[in-house]
Amino acid sequence: MAHPLRGVAAITGLGMTPMGRIYKSTSELAADAVKAALTDSGLRKDQIDGLLINPGITGSTGGGISLGLQNYLGMQNLRLLNHMNAAGSTAAQMVQYAAMAIQAGMVNHVVCVFADAPLKDGSSAGAAYGGAARNPQRPKGMAGLYAAAGYFGANTPYALAARRHMDVYGTTQDQLGVIAVGQRQWATMSPLAQMRTPITIEDYHNSRWIIEPLHLLDCCLVSNGAVAVIVSSAEAAKEMPQPPVYIHGMGQGHPGDRGRAGSDWETQTGAQLAARTAYAMAGVGPGDIDCCQIYDCYTYTVLVTLEDYGFCKKGEGGPFVEDGKLGPGGALPTNTGGGELSGYYMWGMTPLSEGIIQTRGQGGERQVPKNDLVLVTGNGGSLSYHAALILSPHQN
Amino acid sequence: MTDERPPRPIPEADDASRPFFEGGLEGKLMLMKCSECGAWRLPARSHCDNCLSDAFTWEQASGRGTVRTFGVMHQRYHPGFETPYDVTIVELEEGPRLPTNLVGITPGAIRTGMPVRVDFENHDDVALPRFRPEGTQSNL
Ligand SMILES: [Zn+2]
Repeated sequence: MAHPLRGVAAITGLGMTPMGRIYKSTSELAADAVKAALTDSGLRKDQIDGLLINPGITGSTGGGISLGLQNYLGMQNLRLLNHMNAAGSTAAQMVQYAAMAIQAGMVNHVVCVFADAPLKDGSSAGAAYGGAARNPQRPKGMAGLYAAAGYFGANTPYALAARRHMDVYGTTQDQLGVIAVGQRQWATMSPLAQMRTPITIEDYHNSRWIIEPLHLLDCCLVSNGAVAVIVSSAEAAKEMPQPPVYIHGMGQGHPGDRGRAGSDWETQTGAQLAARTAYAMAGVGPGDIDCCQIYDCYTYTVLVTLEDYGFCKKGEGGPFVEDGKLGPGGALPTNTGGGELSGYYMWGMTPLSEGIIQTRGQGGERQVPKNDLVLVTGNGGSLSYHAALILSPHQN
Repeated sequence: MTDERPPRPIPEADDASRPFFEGGLEGKLMLMKCSECGAWRLPARSHCDNCLSDAFTWEQASGRGTVRTFGVMHQRYHPGFETPYDVTIVELEEGPRLPTNLVGITPGAIRTGMPVRVDFENHDDVALPRFRPEGTQSNL
């Protein structure tokens, strides 16, 4: 028997702003993306009765979108509203909660919106996420142990995780580099991407170290911008202008890390649990997936996530990606818009937006030949939070 | 240039962490130990993350551990740090892991899994636990 949520909801609208050094407030960016999503879906604003809001880093550093976005957008009498944050897993989670609320009959059309504007005119991308400037000289208590060790930014935990994988499984720098090079190849074909100049593996090795084993080209971009997605019932989707993007599977996995012996947070992620749930709901396995949009805050995140989704055995992600199978023309096209490394960094909306484009068949030059099942993943924290969607152009 | 380098951030003990930071001044690595289940923990929390008991005692840990993983930082996030430097996670023999820097070794020689021993870096009112490869002598 099919899962009761399989194929009952669909993504019917997608709106995106330009990405990068776009200096607008997060509310303005969100409104631009919502307006574009409404136009894309053919819905009027007063047909929207659900709104889920996800700020990016500006949700914690200041200036992020909040519940007040409802009034900025002039939305009245909503039947579903929330402000959500499970970091990079939020985008996929918003679609999940929207689909469940639609199936429960609570709501008809839900806008899920992400907006962020960490880049300030005249400041570096590193300053947006580094956090060092926020550290006092005498940080209080145990949390100060991190600053005292020079443990700064998101780059540090991902470098620690990648190093662990390399030392336990023999993963090489070249294997991480292949991921960066392949995604840049995809980005050259995407008008949405911020970085469209091809790179070689030599360019990868020559890019400066951020924190070994991560080069600059292992790390995602930082972007200002917004993305809005509309979720509707499958029945409604059939009458709407865009090709429906049906939700076949969804899952979450949040493994927890108690900071003690016994945790393998570096190499065994919440993707394992999310994958089991999402595959079971969709009634498929890794061999059925045609195209992946994997959350790629770092090259390593792609490698470890592919392992945890069962595309290869644990520890074999390096040899798996080595032949370039993730790049254009490869056996498992992945992050086909360039991802967060080369496309744009909209947290979980990066893989989700490209997943929608590929499932609709609107990828243009970069459209994958087969898109019956597209995997979209979101990851946040230090490999702490994970959510997945399996999308399809077919309802059944 | 070195003279002009501002100091690195030095934690300030709060009530919850005072025995940890001050114990180091006497050469002792002090941790919390749960009175109910016996699990060791860093003093970051009132409740045991194993059994949720809030009963505990301060106990001296062995000071021995291993390198769980490490990175070599090149990015200048804070002007107090001379790059490159290692950021290392040490897993203590008692179980808890903590962020630190190794001493008595260059970053290029660090290996995952290598045995290390605590070595305290003393400041006026706190001591920071650093770790050195087992078998090397302190010069802090
Ligand atoms: Zn306990």
